[in-house]
Amino acid sequence: MAYSEKVIDHYQNPRNIGTLDKDSKAVGTGLVGAPECGDVMRLQIEVDDTTGIIKDAKFKTFGCGSAIASSSLATEWLKGKSVNEAMEIDNMDIVEELALPPVKIHCSVLAEDAIKTAINDYRVKQGLEPIEDTKKHY
Amino acid sequence: MLNFPIYLDNNATTPMDPRVLEAMLPYFNERFGNAASRNHSFGWTAEEAVDYAREQVARLINTSSKEIIFTSGATESDNLAIKGVFEMYASKGNHIITATTEHKAILDACKKAEKMGAEVTYLSPAENGIISLQDIENAITDKTILISIMHGNNEIGVLQDMKGISAIAKKHGVLFHSDATQAVGKIPVDVIADGIDLMSFSAHKMYGPKGVGALYVRRKNPRVKVTSQMDGGGHERGMRSGTLNVPGIVGFGKACEISQNEMAEEAARLSKMRDRLEKELLTMEEAYVNGSVEHRLPHVSNISFKFVEGEGLMMGTKDIAVSSGSACTSASLEPSYVLKSLGLDDELAHSSLRFGLGRFTTDEEVDFAIDHVKKAVNKLRDMSPLWEMFKDGIDLKSIEWAEH
Repeated sequence: MAYSEKVIDHYQNPRNIGTLDKDSKAVGTGLVGAPECGDVMRLQIEVDDTTGIIKDAKFKTFGCGSAIASSSLATEWLKGKSVNEAMEIDNMDIVEELALPPVKIHCSVLAEDAIKTAINDYRVKQGLEPIEDTKKHY
Repeated sequence: MLNFPIYLDNNATTPMDPRVLEAMLPYFNERFGNAASRNHSFGWTAEEAVDYAREQVARLINTSSKEIIFTSGATESDNLAIKGVFEMYASKGNHIITATTEHKAILDACKKAEKMGAEVTYLSPAENGIISLQDIENAITDKTILISIMHGNNEIGVLQDMKGISAIAKKHGVLFHSDATQAVGKIPVDVIADGIDLMSFSAHKMYGPKGVGALYVRRKNPRVKVTSQMDGGGHERGMRSGTLNVPGIVGFGKACEISQNEMAEEAARLSKMRDRLEKELLTMEEAYVNGSVEHRLPHVSNISFKFVEGEGLMMGTKDIAVSSGSACTSASLEPSYVLKSLGLDDELAHSSLRFGLGRFTTDEEVDFAIDHVKKAVNKLRDMSPLWEMFKDGIDLKSIEWAEH
């Protein structure tokens, strides 16, 4: 299968690989996927407690090139957004940006799940209710 | 000088040996006759060439040319063996014994036979990929007509005990078929000594052309017959009709002759190279060879690199052409059923690479592959959350993963 140039670029030069302190109150962690499915993403955000802006985002991904690129792109998009804005990131935006083929759409779904899980982890740490994900993926 | 990508997928197919191509060329234009044309020299010339090639093919597996049925390849041979025996021996029984690690050509032909009324037993191998002789014998019933167990496995290279299986088959009066596509031309295969009744093999896995293969069908002790699956002019002793692929068959013959002459030396050279590749890659942490290392084809190595995913790894090793047991490389989303049959976790099955060295593989290429794979594995582990957890001493099995 041919990968788009953007996928190859993110795969070869992944942005924001790394680990944030998962025990920090300012950090939200989303670990999604399963090893036996061939994809595991861990996405972390660090939120500035005065502005509510995501000041850092890191990822580590076990998966194919599209999964790595989706999570790498997600970290790029997350930085500088407010938590509420981040909640709006849609998997189809990732599909479009990376020109993912239909068989790789699940990678973008996983990245969106990782974002929402990380945000909710942060919200719970802050004493807030997690946001219910009402969106259906087809 | 290295040419990229480096081809290390010789289990999928092999490049044609230039000597094979040279032998074939005249049969495309100058000597284009139909081997079945009995009335003129064009036909006689083609027939002569086919007869000669049939001898070359037969000699490689120690049989007579009368027992070679030319087909379009091993998939057709497998289909002819399974369905042909099932139909021919219907009055004797309807039970077939095979294994879960067989090639899809066997498994799917068996599924088709099941639809036609066959009962099929699919035996699982031990962890090392080897099918237990005891399991085979225990599976035999008074309805059993055929045991079909491959010689060398295409994914892990593991060799089954041909002599042991044929002894059981003989004892119970059951036919023994083997898909020997990966073994013929690579290691000595002797249908007499091994006691094989039917055997499938193919030219393109041994430096011959694609689109031509053979089914060996024993003619005495016992005399085996198969019902044709392709009807027409009654070619190939009525078992496989269709105008013979003369250039392909000539190439197949030449490929067999070369393999026979050079096999011993080639196998020794490739196994040394393979062992070096394997030893170097296993110096990495959490890298495992899949399948038996004692009973294995000389040129194959299948290695799982834990905590990296196969497709990602393939993308990181784009300068070498290898296969992965992972999901997404093929159309299906399942990891390799062969590796899963060995009892591997999906996770390890997803993380595997298959290396198939060949006649034209050089030491320099192997050196490059070792370095290239190590770098890719290390890079991917640096970005793998699973590797980080492993390094932190977290048991991955203790985590509740959300299926998606």
